[in-house]
Amino acid sequence: MKFGNTLKAASALAIALSLTTAPLAFAAQQKGDLQIFSWWTGVASSKALKGMIGVFNGQYPGIKVTNDAVAGGAGSNAKAVLASRMEAGNPPGTFQVHAGGGSLLSWVQAGDMQPLNSLYQSQGWYKAFPKSLLNLLTTNGKIYAVPVDMQRGNVTWYNPSVFKRYHLTPPSTFPQFFADAAVLKRHGITPLALANHGNWEATLLFSDVLLGTVGPVKYDQLLTGKASWNIYGVKEAANTFNRMMAYTNTDYSALHWQQADQLVAQGKAAMNVMGDWAQGYFTTALHLKPGAGFGWAATPGTHGVFGAVSDVFGLPAKLKNPTPTLDFLKVLGSKQGQDVFNPLKGTFSPRLDANPKLYDAYSRAAMQSFKRDKLVLVIGQGAVNPGFTNSFNNAMEIFVTNHNVKQFVSALASAAQSNPLS
Amino acid sequence: MKSWTNATLGTRVTMRRRFSWDRFSAVATLVPSLILLGVFVYGFIVWTGYVSLTNWNSFIPNFSFAGLQNYSTVFGTFRFQSDLRNIVVFTAFFIMGCLIVGMGLALLLDQRIRAEGLFRGIFLFPMAISFVVTGVIWSWILNPQTGVNLILKAFGWKTVPSWFLSTTIVPNITLGQIQVGIPLALLAVLIAAVWQMSGFAMAVYLAGLRGISEDIKEAARIDGAGALRMFWSIILPQLRSTTTTIVIILSAASLKVFGLIYAMTGPGQEFVTDMPSLNMFQTTFQGDQFAQGAAIAIVLLLMIAVFIIPYLISTLRQNSSS
Repeated sequence: MKFGNTLKAASALAIALSLTTAPLAFAAQQKGDLQIFSWWTGVASSKALKGMIGVFNGQYPGIKVTNDAVAGGAGSNAKAVLASRMEAGNPPGTFQVHAGGGSLLSWVQAGDMQPLNSLYQSQGWYKAFPKSLLNLLTTNGKIYAVPVDMQRGNVTWYNPSVFKRYHLTPPSTFPQFFADAAVLKRHGITPLALANHGNWEATLLFSDVLLGTVGPVKYDQLLTGKASWNIYGVKEAANTFNRMMAYTNTDYSALHWQQADQLVAQGKAAMNVMGDWAQGYFTTALHLKPGAGFGWAATPGTHGVFGAVSDVFGLPAKLKNPTPTLDFLKVLGSKQGQDVFNPLKGTFSPRLDANPKLYDAYSRAAMQSFKRDKLVLVIGQGAVNPGFTNSFNNAMEIFVTNHNVKQFVSALASAAQSNPLS
Repeated sequence: MKSWTNATLGTRVTMRRRFSWDRFSAVATLVPSLILLGVFVYGFIVWTGYVSLTNWNSFIPNFSFAGLQNYSTVFGTFRFQSDLRNIVVFTAFFIMGCLIVGMGLALLLDQRIRAEGLFRGIFLFPMAISFVVTGVIWSWILNPQTGVNLILKAFGWKTVPSWFLSTTIVPNITLGQIQVGIPLALLAVLIAAVWQMSGFAMAVYLAGLRGISEDIKEAARIDGAGALRMFWSIILPQLRSTTTTIVIILSAASLKVFGLIYAMTGPGQEFVTDMPSLNMFQTTFQGDQFAQGAAIAIVLLLMIAVFIIPYLISTLRQNSSS
């Protein structure tokens, strides 16, 4: 009896001790190690990342690379893990973040990122990327990240056969959009397919409508806190958005973005506004040919403007050994690395000397647009800080249903006040 | 060691407390759980309360004291006011629905039918499914364009309900920024939730029914009580403590509901199906507004405490008195 009790007590204590000394989930980086932190766990993105790591291993064989991709939540899980690691002073070697005034700016303001001006100089990147892109990555003269891919956020995807049948062209202005929409509605086709299950889709649509209404200069000022959200242009954009909502499907709250694109592909709807990750869905999931099965155009009023959504990588300031990261960034920003990565991922390389032959018809057209158009950021895709984005999404959720422009605009103005944009 | 003078013998007597291995091993088995609970549950609750009183609403930690500012901000938003309305409506109807359906099923199963084990298993099975799976499946079934509405239309219904896409609130009383009433979209969510958890209520009621002594029922039958009278005056009062147990457990589950809402409807148009847990998740992990998220979490904790603490106190009183 006594032995049994001793055994019980000893095992209880042993369990307690082992739990309290359990190893931490994320070990600190050792010398010559590189931890790459991202949310690239999807089929195409993880293949692309492995391709990039392969190029890196070829050029720097001595460094051990750990692919610390975190799944789930479209990056929100990864961002939460990253935040706690940065807090603890134990950052990964490098991490994925969207270009713009969102999380990246927060890290820069917190002093957690190292400037990369000398790296850009030594690699000749000041001439390899368009100046407008470099401006988006620079704060106070210092540049903090290297862009690896580029996607467009202001694209209208349309069904070419529907347009041909009714002798329409993709609308380049809002009056033309409403004229087209009236014709389509008369014939029983939903003019604009909208999906809003995640609520960010309506934010993206409004962002493009706002860009088309106020123009890129004013839009930039709104996103960087230099213009108030109470200006007339925002109200006008909200009214235009309301008018557009009359031409959408009524069950948008139940649909995910792929389902809206499916409506366009099937000819039940004519147009859908979405980033160019829709292209991946059309070609890979629906096996459509660019130009034949689906067409694209800049959203109304945004011809000559490119809404940039770009993944970038930087150098955390609190790393003990920055050399593996700097070596990786060199490969990440190089022509060779980007030419391997982007075709696999379905995005395109932002370098001016990127090889167009590696990409399909849509990406080639997008690359040309990227090189010559004015670049702006897109709300909800990294342009502005997460607090403002969240409040924006909440205001959008209400506005999409109750169409109250005054309430919406004042909600945006107070969101900009409580989450300063600069 | 205690010592005193023995009156009869006139000598000093000492009593040594015997060291008991039993007692030591009992305490040692409990200590790890106590430490873990103390740190990871109660310690973190205190930390969340502390964060809700700070200004930490971005990536960069800012622990300056903000008083109740976060609470007043959160209570002033359209979204949180909608959440409070939704959680009250959802909890009330969810518990009522589960009790009624569970009781009905238990009464039916109590009739000593042949395949009782089979039926019990069928009704209990939904509880084994994850809330997320339930949410996805019911969002397909109740999709206004492709779900059960197609069957209704085939039967000749001209106007079909729009289920969880409806933004109607009945009745439409304005209070603060929102409309107070029952959002019809929540009824769709309630169908999924009651479908999932009424099996649990049924199982507990079945055990409770089996626990009622035959003597009372026999006596009532002799006195001439019909089935309805028997149910209302004999069986139902005997099931009072069973009902209390079910209500407590279901209310804890319903106040925390997250996966079902996230998978089935998201926050919904004008936040008709939003819940505080979903709001807290998006505010904290997508908006990085940690102090506001903590404030929502503390409010949710207080709402649950309103149910659990009286129950705990009454249970402890029963235990100590017995």
